[in-house]
Amino acid sequence: MGSSSVFSVASASLSLHDTNIKKNLNFGTNAFRFNNDGTNTFSNFKSSRRISMAVAVNVSRFEGIPMAPPDPILGVSEAFKADTNAVKLNLGVGAYRTEELQPYVLNVVKKAENLMLERGENKEYLPIEGLAAFNKATAELLLGADNPAIKQQRVATVQGLSGTGSLRLGAALIQRYFPGAKVLISNPTWGNHKNIFNDAGVPWSEYRYYDPKTVGLDFEGMIEDIKSAPEGTFVLLHGCAHNPTGIDPTPQQWEKIADLIQQKNHIPFFDVAYQGFASGSLDEDAASVRLFVARGMEVLVAQSYSKNLGLYAERVGAINVISSSPESATRVKSQLKRLARPMYSNPPVHGARIVANIVGDPVLFGEWKAEMEMMAGRIKTVRQELYDSISSKDKSGKDWSFILKQIGMFSFTGLNKNQSDNMTNKWHIYMTKDGRISLAGLSLAKCEYLADAIIDSYHNVS
Amino acid sequence: MRPPIILESTTTFSSSSSSSSSSSSYSSCDRRLNTLARHLIDVNDQNQMASQNISPSPTASSNSVFAHLTRAPEDPILGVTVAYNKDPSPIKLNLGVGAYRTEEGKPLVLDVVRRVEQQLLNDVSRNKEYIPIVGLADFNKLSAKLIFGADSPAIQENRVTTVQGLSGTGSLRVGGEFLAKHYHQRIIYLPQPTWGNHPKIFTLAGLTVKTYRYYAPATRGLDFEGLLEDLGSASSGSVVLLHACAHNPTGVDPTLEQWEQIRQLIRSKSLLPFFDSAYQGFASGSLDADAQPIRLFVADGGELLAAQSYAKNMGLYGERVGALSIVSKSADVASLVESQLKLVIRPMYSSPPIHGASIVAAILKDRDLFNDWTIELKAMADRIISMRQQLFDALRARGTPGDWSHIIKQIGMFTFTGLNSEQVSFMTKEYHIYLTSDGRISMAGLSTKTVSHLADAIHAAVTRVA
Repeated sequence: MGSSSVFSVASASLSLHDTNIKKNLNFGTNAFRFNNDGTNTFSNFKSSRRISMAVAVNVSRFEGIPMAPPDPILGVSEAFKADTNAVKLNLGVGAYRTEELQPYVLNVVKKAENLMLERGENKEYLPIEGLAAFNKATAELLLGADNPAIKQQRVATVQGLSGTGSLRLGAALIQRYFPGAKVLISNPTWGNHKNIFNDAGVPWSEYRYYDPKTVGLDFEGMIEDIKSAPEGTFVLLHGCAHNPTGIDPTPQQWEKIADLIQQKNHIPFFDVAYQGFASGSLDEDAASVRLFVARGMEVLVAQSYSKNLGLYAERVGAINVISSSPESATRVKSQLKRLARPMYSNPPVHGARIVANIVGDPVLFGEWKAEMEMMAGRIKTVRQELYDSISSKDKSGKDWSFILKQIGMFSFTGLNKNQSDNMTNKWHIYMTKDGRISLAGLSLAKCEYLADAIIDSYHNVS
Repeated sequence: MRPPIILESTTTFSSSSSSSSSSSSYSSCDRRLNTLARHLIDVNDQNQMASQNISPSPTASSNSVFAHLTRAPEDPILGVTVAYNKDPSPIKLNLGVGAYRTEEGKPLVLDVVRRVEQQLLNDVSRNKEYIPIVGLADFNKLSAKLIFGADSPAIQENRVTTVQGLSGTGSLRVGGEFLAKHYHQRIIYLPQPTWGNHPKIFTLAGLTVKTYRYYAPATRGLDFEGLLEDLGSASSGSVVLLHACAHNPTGVDPTLEQWEQIRQLIRSKSLLPFFDSAYQGFASGSLDADAQPIRLFVADGGELLAAQSYAKNMGLYGERVGALSIVSKSADVASLVESQLKLVIRPMYSSPPIHGASIVAAILKDRDLFNDWTIELKAMADRIISMRQQLFDALRARGTPGDWSHIIKQIGMFTFTGLNSEQVSFMTKEYHIYLTSDGRISMAGLSTKTVSHLADAIHAAVTRVA
């Protein structure tokens, strides 16, 4: 399957009756109910004639708007909530759950928040680029504190609204300063990537990534598609723990990808949403990004703290642009600010302070690393248990080892849409239609049940 | 400026030539060596090297993909604070950004906010899971009630769609993007002058920005005739941005009678009103009074948009809490609208931040906390009103030429002094007073102690600078 190019156009069909209708409205009990004594603001109005209320549109201006479909990922949780069956299992959203399948607020986060409240910090506006301590800590977390690029001040970091908001800023930068440039995104990829680039006005194409035959990486296809893209294309890469497949290139494959991107003068754009969640090690999971930066390449990186610090709802992340000189980094940062100001003015302070407090304090940072290892460890354990369960129950001889080879929060089961529907309709297991399950939402206790469901859906549904 | 060497110390260099050309046989060692060579060579020589057809690795700034980006100037409003921070003078005064300051010149976190934050922290049932794309449900309902009134017919008829937004800016932007996608008329009229960020927000949202007359420099008041003329000649269906109260930057608000005329005109031309409500409660000290103009429009059954911010009235500036409400003709349409707003939000930031909205919801839903809030809010508004009076009195005492009554007539956080940009520069240079170049001062940044300093500065500016 070759790369396909789509640039969707926002659907805006709107038929509008723009009639002018003057109506004389009765000032009865319907109007102006804001006074308790029954008078309204205009009872003293000096007017000898009845006030004519011009209500110009009889019909809503928005009536022709189509009803939008529910979000394919977030909509899964809504459906799960509505299900009353006791055995239901939510493997939709990539949000970490404990073994008891409860949401998890990291201990180190609670500590940080308590510290913040004790200190009585104010709530003044952050600068447009966000909290300075946060930006510093974030770049260091991504690249390593002693990374030459940081020392040379070639890294422009702007706090953004988690991964999504940071990607959007990067996309807006591309749209404004690289008109005509395309973004190459993996097939498949996180469902929201295409929406982000569409709304930012950046055209995209896909590069082959997932091979359904091997349930692994189609490396040849990936290389071919990156190679055939016009010079100067932005290539969107998942730093680690590819979403939705869980399939990451090997270090050797990363080197080849970097070679090719350099040859073609493409620009790598990393989405790093799972640093620490893939292997359990924050440094190891940043290896791909650091590899590119070490070669002196100019790189964009969107970072999120939603998963690794469990700060989902606080919306904390950053867009980093590593460029070839400090002077360039300054210019890029100034332009990112110019894009952020008319979007939300400045980013939210709460989550950024939590991050700065944790990453900036060696003790808390150490505690975070431990909790990170624990979370990643639980997922690896559950992954192993699921594999063991399926392979012992399934007598067909199908090779399920891809489950173990995949990494991160998700597993791409290889189930198609019908089979995924069967998982939900028959087994009350909620997942996305592309066959992705979130292992973060799986407990050891439920592995057997899930194994049965997968085996049933795979073999008995086409 | 020559970029420094950026190679890792573990790099080993091959002995091959440093000027390799073909990229297909380009080993990573060659690349590194070439890079090193480039950094050691003077800029002049770089041009020579370029003509020798060396395959570029983007390490020299001349090869940067960002080379064509210029440096953007500081934001004119937020840049004032940047400049203020750099000033070492002990008498400096920041009257730039509209952020409330206490009499001691300190930022203020409302006591009721602190209490709620402690409550939230103590509540073990709380977590940090993603909230819905449209934000917290109770926050949305309570925000709509706050602005439209708890008994608003529009709310009772389910004709109001409210989504949590990133303070005022984010709510305006989402509204603008929604209109650009779904509304047939992509022109929005902004008052002249308006908050500096408005034109940028709506332009990037995809709308075409036009203006209507608003401020009359001669009277330092409202140019009502001009306003009516300009809105009267607007293309049918155009969007009109209205400041709900405490107009920024002028502090000049229409009277309720004038609002009624504006409403009639807007409805007769099928214009779509889009309210920016950033100061509810801050203008007069009364939440309901400050919402009257919006409620006037809702009462006629027509459609409108309203962006709300809790930055000032709850002091939640950095938490970025606000809401966008769209009032439609019917509950069915309201539901269509909500589904489409989600499609605007999801690719922008997926879902809004939980912290600020949780604080707001807790305050609005609890009668005692709500009352405590209104008391603290009134205290802030009253202090500002008192600053206005003090400044006016101080200028009169100095016999500063001109009519300064606009200082006490204007409303809200800001005063449009009427000073020109030369006078503003003078005040900054000679008196270390920081304000935006349009002559806008934030009364919230003044205190009893600093009023005379400001009065001196204004007096000097008016008498010594044209």
